[in-house]
Amino acid sequence: MSTKLATANQPMISISNVSKFFGDFRALDDVSLTVDRGEVLMIVGPSGSGKSTLLRCINHLEVPDAGEIIIDGKHVKPQERELNAIRAEVGMVFQRFELFPHLTVLENICLAQQKVRKSSRSESEKVARGLLEKVGIPEQANKYPPKLSGGQQQRVAIARSLAMQPKVILFDEPTSALDPEMINEVLDVMLTLAREGMTMVVVSHEMGFARKAAHQVVFMDGGTIVEQGTPEQVFGAPQHERTKLFLSRILH
Amino acid sequence: MAADLPPSTSLQPPTNKRFNWRTFPWWLVAIGLIIAYMGFRIISDPAYTNIFEAILTGLGTTLMVTGISFICALILGLLLGLGRVSRNVLLRNISIGYIEFIRGVPILVLIFTISFAVVPALSKGMGLDPSKISLIARAIIALVLIYAAYIAEIFRAGIESISRGQMEAARSLGLTHAQAMRYVILPQAFRNVLPALGNDLIAILKDSSLVSVLGVREITQVSRLSVSSSFKYEETYFILTAFYLTMTLVLSLLLQWLQRKMSSNVH
Repeated sequence: MSTKLATANQPMISISNVSKFFGDFRALDDVSLTVDRGEVLMIVGPSGSGKSTLLRCINHLEVPDAGEIIIDGKHVKPQERELNAIRAEVGMVFQRFELFPHLTVLENICLAQQKVRKSSRSESEKVARGLLEKVGIPEQANKYPPKLSGGQQQRVAIARSLAMQPKVILFDEPTSALDPEMINEVLDVMLTLAREGMTMVVVSHEMGFARKAAHQVVFMDGGTIVEQGTPEQVFGAPQHERTKLFLSRILH
Repeated sequence: MAADLPPSTSLQPPTNKRFNWRTFPWWLVAIGLIIAYMGFRIISDPAYTNIFEAILTGLGTTLMVTGISFICALILGLLLGLGRVSRNVLLRNISIGYIEFIRGVPILVLIFTISFAVVPALSKGMGLDPSKISLIARAIIALVLIYAAYIAEIFRAGIESISRGQMEAARSLGLTHAQAMRYVILPQAFRNVLPALGNDLIAILKDSSLVSVLGVREITQVSRLSVSSSFKYEETYFILTAFYLTMTLVLSLLLQWLQRKMSSNVH
């Protein structure tokens, strides 16, 4: 089979002609996009532009009404078993962290390793402690998430998705629920991941992160991709009026 | 947005130990005094002592019926509650139908219907002799079938109180729907519904008095039997009232203590 040879060139995520409706509201309108291996893609746009919906379609937290999504050569379909296997390899970081408040930080990071990957307790804890070291909060391992600051919680959430050794991580506005002084500690962790070659799709308006780490920026509005290119192109020399208007509002 | 709050604090009472007559539980003192007065009468008055001892013979039955019914209703109620929120149309409709059926009929009527119509019909259907099923077993079956419906609604509310993001986070880690329920949603839901479950335990204790209509010799039935020969209405029913009051008060204080302990321990 030639598929093995092809994987190196094949994109990590391929989104083709995806549409999504909420009732009569067209949240996504025939969106196509590819993300290469090791690429950091930023999605920006006003609220209601469909950027979060697109992100959530990638791992089928929202099931698209039309179009197809292929992750690492595997077609994402709503069938439970295949979907669970794909989701285990696609990390997701949420705006509101969504740590499990009844489990300690360590247990949060171990749960899916043990139940999905069937790792042993000691093996998964070793991985979890290593990841907490990596995100800079090894001393918080035995605390419960509500005891942590927002920035610490989001770093735990990143460690939790890293524990599954994902091929891609999806970030849904990872810093917008944080106090300003905690944003950088989270962005620093994300920068490290980007430098290590993690494939990332990030919905965020953090321009600093975009300039430092993003390979590609997509501007969405009204459920469609209005403009895409490198950060320099999209932020520096936007071609469309809607992009210019939006950037003028967020860059002050 | 006030999203990035400092770590949430546990709901511990303020450590102000000073006496405050406004917040002092005077009602508890009043009820305590009533119970103490009844205790005094029971010790000092032989008529009261005799009736007390008669009623005491039914206490074991009351506690057993309450305990077994509550534990079984908890299990059946959890299953019904899960069915109630299930995505499976058949399961969901069976659960909702059952819950609405039970909640639409008075408990006393259901006790008669289940004990004298449903249980005999079912046991015949299974090839058993209905007369071999004791009244106390029928009473327990009735209370379980009734309270499971009420407890199912508690579990449903508990499951629905957990934000959608928790399920999404669990699913996006690759957990199956069942695993997400088992390890993420239910443990949190269970903690949230503990006070409501405590209330239902107290409610079952009180409603166990209704099975006296079946002739089960729990404290209410024993009191009625005692009165029918002694005609000491006042003494008997005051003591019976004190029995229930003491038990519900102790349970309610115990549950409050347990809840305070849980909320201060875990987070």
